[in-house]
Amino acid sequence: MADHKEVMRGIKRHPGVQYPVLTPNLQGFHSAIAAGATEVSVFGAASESFSKMNINCSIEESIEKFEEVTKSARNMNIPVRGYVSCALGCPYEGNVIPDKVAEVSKRLYSMGCYEISLGDTIGVGTPGSMKKMLEAVMKEIPLSALAVHCHDTYGQALANILTAIQMGVAVVDSSVAGLGGCPYARGATGNVATEDVIYMLNGLGINTGVNLYAVMEAGNFICTALNKKTNSKVAQASFNTGTSN
Amino acid sequence: NVVPTPVKINLINMLSETGLQVIEATSFVSPKWVPQMADHTEVMQGINKLPGISYPVLTPNLKGFQAAVAAGAKEVSIFGAASELFTKKNINCTIEESLERFDEVMKAAREASIPVRGYVSCVLGCPYEGKISAAKVAEVSKKMYSMGCYEISLGDTIGVGTPGSMKEMLTVVMKEVPVGALAVHCHDTYGQALANILVALQMGVSVVDASVAGLGGCPYAQGASGNVATEDLVYMLNGLGIHTGVDLQKLMDTGTFICNALNRKTNSKVSQASCRL
Repeated sequence: MADHKEVMRGIKRHPGVQYPVLTPNLQGFHSAIAAGATEVSVFGAASESFSKMNINCSIEESIEKFEEVTKSARNMNIPVRGYVSCALGCPYEGNVIPDKVAEVSKRLYSMGCYEISLGDTIGVGTPGSMKKMLEAVMKEIPLSALAVHCHDTYGQALANILTAIQMGVAVVDSSVAGLGGCPYARGATGNVATEDVIYMLNGLGINTGVNLYAVMEAGNFICTALNKKTNSKVAQASFNTGTSN
Repeated sequence: NVVPTPVKINLINMLSETGLQVIEATSFVSPKWVPQMADHTEVMQGINKLPGISYPVLTPNLKGFQAAVAAGAKEVSIFGAASELFTKKNINCTIEESLERFDEVMKAAREASIPVRGYVSCVLGCPYEGKISAAKVAEVSKKMYSMGCYEISLGDTIGVGTPGSMKEMLTVVMKEVPVGALAVHCHDTYGQALANILVALQMGVSVVDASVAGLGGCPYAQGASGNVATEDLVYMLNGLGIHTGVDLQKLMDTGTFICNALNRKTNSKVSQASCRL
């Protein structure tokens, strides 16, 4: 991620499209603003061990660092999104208590994050644990401020997302072609593929405004560039049949 | 390239140790149409049949039924489709004609006290016709149920279904067939299988078909690739607190065995993830 400034300055920014960037601390925040960012994200974890391994400090220390960011952001009218990792399980601690997720989420929300994205970082969650976790979090945070960020490591992502949608969550994170994991969560492989999420949302009659073919083209581009197979089943199926449904 | 008979037998024997209570063993179809299933009698006679486990076999017609019973089958399955074009391509006749053929099988099965399960293919879409009406699915399901099938397995043969279309289809079918007699058979071609199964469970369906390591497609549905992996399904059911009685580790071991034998990568994400950790 060393080329963050170059990327931020190099992209074409379409009106109406947001280009948030991750900012782990005040220094990162200032660089981001200098590079033209107009929205930032901070990230905490519902697990002490994961926090230590990922950003080398306790949850409380990380939140204090983020408070500096949210304060500056507030002064500059920059919206801040908060991520909570390991919401459904931790690669080091195993089980994560829903109340802990709710506690960390509430902290981030009261600090001024407009939205909290709950991440199943290693994809171990199921519709059962997703429901329990959301029930706990929804006691502290309004539904409209919640998002889910599911990994598909155990193939559960779409079922988990469906559960979240059924409970009223209306923001879903995903990654084109299902790329990306986490260098600090051993075994973590892959966000849910945007193509597969869109396919499901289309089938549910939800208007996303997203052009599935354009996403598949983007996925095809990046997979070719990375010399990797796509993790999107929709993309694979479309390639196999030679047609797109 | 056909899977050797001993490999098939070992696969089924391993599945018998996992806690699964129904294992579809083989298909008494004509070797001319599906040469991969030519060893059906040998497989049926070669497997260890554990008490409490059912080993149904596919029987497309009376001849197949008789061969199945002679080989020791105690339960059979018949199959129809909610699409005329698919039926034509798959078994070379109309839906009506196919159901008439099954009349003979149903009669013979009834006389021999052999339970019959009915499959309906293309319930959420057809590779040839495209969209399939829920009413058609209900019509074919009702027919098969009144003919005497104890259960109707609704198959998303090419995996195009979504929670939206699954819900719509089941709502209509459940008007004609009691939910206790329904099962779902979802393919994961578009990654929708577990979400579709979840919806079916929420609507009261409690029988789900799956395939270890997510193997198997359909030689007549171009592009169709893969049942949902049993491992991934069991993982989800465990997370939902549903007691399946299935030992996930033994299941994964079985998947590893067959994938090695086939020199193929597993389609189960649970299996892939477990290997890494």
